[in-house]
Amino acid sequence: MDLALAPETLARWQFGITTVYHFLFVPLTISLAALTAGLQTAWVRTDNEKYLRATKFWGKLFLINIAMGVVTGIVQEFQFGMNWSDYSRFVGDVFGAPLAFEALIAFFFESTFIGLWIFGWDRLPKKIHLACMWMVSLGTILSAYFILAANSWMQHPVGYRINEERGRAELTDFWKVLTQDTAVTQFFHTITAAFLVGGAFMVGIAAFHLARKKHIPVMRTSLRLGLVTVVIAGLLTAVSGDQLAKVMFRQQPMKMAAAEALWDGQERAPFSIFAYGDVSEGHNSVEISLPGVLSFLADNDPNSYVPGINDINKAQEEKYGPGDYRPNIPVAFWSFRWMIGFGMASFGLGILGLWLTRRKFLLPPALRTGEDEVPNLVLFRNKALSPKFTKLYWLTALWTLLFPLIANSWGWIFTEMGRQPWVVYGVLQTRDGVSPGVSQGEILTSMIFFTLLYAVLAVIEVKLLVKYIKAGPPELTESDLNPPTRINGHDDEDADRPMAFSY
Amino acid sequence: MELHDIWFVLIAVLWIGYFFLEGFDFGIGVLTKLLARDRKERRVLINTIGPVWDGNEVWLLSAGGATFAAFPEWYATLFSGFYLPLLIILLCLIVRGVAFEYRAKRTGERWQTNWENAIFWTSLIPAILWGVAFGNIVRGVKIDADMEYVGTFFDLLNPYAILGGLVTLFLFTFHGAVFAALKTAGDIRVRARSLALKLGLATAVLALGFLLWTQAASGDRWSLVALIVAVVALVAAIGAIARGREGWSFAFSGLTIVAAVGMLFLTLFPNVMPSSLNDAWSLTVTNASSTPYTLKIMTWCAGIATPMVLLYQSWTYWVFRKRIGTQHIADAH
Repeated sequence: MDLALAPETLARWQFGITTVYHFLFVPLTISLAALTAGLQTAWVRTDNEKYLRATKFWGKLFLINIAMGVVTGIVQEFQFGMNWSDYSRFVGDVFGAPLAFEALIAFFFESTFIGLWIFGWDRLPKKIHLACMWMVSLGTILSAYFILAANSWMQHPVGYRINEERGRAELTDFWKVLTQDTAVTQFFHTITAAFLVGGAFMVGIAAFHLARKKHIPVMRTSLRLGLVTVVIAGLLTAVSGDQLAKVMFRQQPMKMAAAEALWDGQERAPFSIFAYGDVSEGHNSVEISLPGVLSFLADNDPNSYVPGINDINKAQEEKYGPGDYRPNIPVAFWSFRWMIGFGMASFGLGILGLWLTRRKFLLPPALRTGEDEVPNLVLFRNKALSPKFTKLYWLTALWTLLFPLIANSWGWIFTEMGRQPWVVYGVLQTRDGVSPGVSQGEILTSMIFFTLLYAVLAVIEVKLLVKYIKAGPPELTESDLNPPTRINGHDDEDADRPMAFSY
Repeated sequence: MELHDIWFVLIAVLWIGYFFLEGFDFGIGVLTKLLARDRKERRVLINTIGPVWDGNEVWLLSAGGATFAAFPEWYATLFSGFYLPLLIILLCLIVRGVAFEYRAKRTGERWQTNWENAIFWTSLIPAILWGVAFGNIVRGVKIDADMEYVGTFFDLLNPYAILGGLVTLFLFTFHGAVFAALKTAGDIRVRARSLALKLGLATAVLALGFLLWTQAASGDRWSLVALIVAVVALVAAIGAIARGREGWSFAFSGLTIVAAVGMLFLTLFPNVMPSSLNDAWSLTVTNASSTPYTLKIMTWCAGIATPMVLLYQSWTYWVFRKRIGTQHIADAH
């Protein structure tokens, strides 16, 4: 069979397409849930209307986004069985449990409380309505934890034994699966990276409105919240990324070597800024690199020895039998760089933005602005940026709004592609996980339908987001400002009043 | 009773929960074309399930996830074997979820009509296909010695399974019509009742045929009890709606679903997916299950989570217990 259309290749493409697509919505959902809940908390505590308007605005964008996250998530739950039945048979005893936990605990939380939040504005007292949003946020974070524990087991299987007779992996220590350092570090990295996405999203959209001098009080608040989120999340993403790299170096040295296109092991291993080489010959022809940085990333010591791709491949052949244990080196190399590059760029812009819009007490009195004025951007003491540079900053913030999302995608592509040819590292190869009974035509059909449907939905979703972003925060109505004081609302006196929200 | 037997029961509970809850969701989706006369009425119907449909759908994800964890072989054989029907169901559920959320997000006539059509079709098709799928599971399909499904897509379209699909379609639509009568106010409520009555009678004929066929093919004493409960409950549901007792009717249409789906699982046990090629190749609660250790952990999880879910989901229904009429639907956003 033509390799390009072999069921394994098609199943991998389908998994890649549907998963990367699903994950376009996940980080924004995780971060916007918490940020929206934070804004709503500010409203409940201060009664300041700008927080309510901000809650409604970001909440609407959150809902448009989570709808896509939810429906594309259903595919993930069933795809293992459909395209990867041998994988499912082999790992089900271990891998199924965190998935079931995710559904039984996290998905129920998310889906039930989101319904209460959407329709509950005129049905629930303020504080209970707010608690619903926090429950949604908790649900998104728990969901991330369980699925990342499952993924971490694929990266670094622990707490199991192989049952030769049944030909499968069996769980021996669930606690270990949930708490191993891979799971904890991966969770930390994924969550912080998710907040980087949400922060940059807020900053970009706030910049869009502030550049037009519209909705200033709400957007000033959003800009500040977004920038603080970007800086804190960016810093923590870098810290957790560094930790994850060290965990990975111990557990999957091949992935680290591939990330660097380091063909032969060496001390003071360099970090390549750029490399171009020939995979079949096993060396780079062009390379620009910083000496010692890779050794430091891997082991906290710029002089330590880092094994190369060729060394590890040889070692794995001795351990697992003859074969090619190298992932796709250019993909691993470039995805690693794009992840870091886009993420760091966004972090840097966040620091710049936070400095430019710094608090009043750091500014001379003449440059301070009030609640309903667009903040002055001040780079150096005593002087605001010229209109040209101010505009440039707003534009940059807007156009880099998706940088962290791009970094997230590349991060996952790196993690998953870098693990190849293994689906469960050191235990099961990807080619052995495919459904034997599913035909090429079936996989091709499903891949085409998913891709087409996803493309159409992407266009619809982006158009809707743009529409609601441009519209800005809504005007508040009488019922917004007078939420009910008891459950099920207080409109006995006016039983025919329209619902505050209806589909 | 061993752990894998308990898990067979729990999987049955999750599927029953799913069909009970998303059953009326699907029914409401179908009724947007059968019952509603204009856009306002369609919106009344959609909003009766607005706050809850997403939570209802998670019962499916839980059933899928729990099957993966407790019976990996069942999960693998079922989802790789019933590939195309499942693909269609997934595509429908994707469009359906987006349709609910996005329909009112723009005011254009074409935009709203398209999403309304989508809600109808993506409710109708899965309502049929779940019945077809369960019909095939109970009837037995071509499974070889390696637990692989070796039949084709068209093998799944046999008369028994298609009858099963019609039963779920009618039963869910009936259940949805009763729900609509219970949750709406005004003219649409009156029409929901009389439509429910007609749908109930049609459902009774189809369901009786399907359940008797099932009992004759693979039933035992216990499945007969479930059959009788299902039929009596269905008759009671029809009787109650005829007398305008909507709450009782809904309880009984729900009980019909519980008993009918319960009966299918009773006829299955101890198999989970019988092979039509050779009895020895059937997937059973023993040869398809996970280890006792995994099942024990899962039992703790489900034992704590499921009652909590029932509690807070019930609370949601209580919060949104008010009937909805056209006067409650704002004109535009």
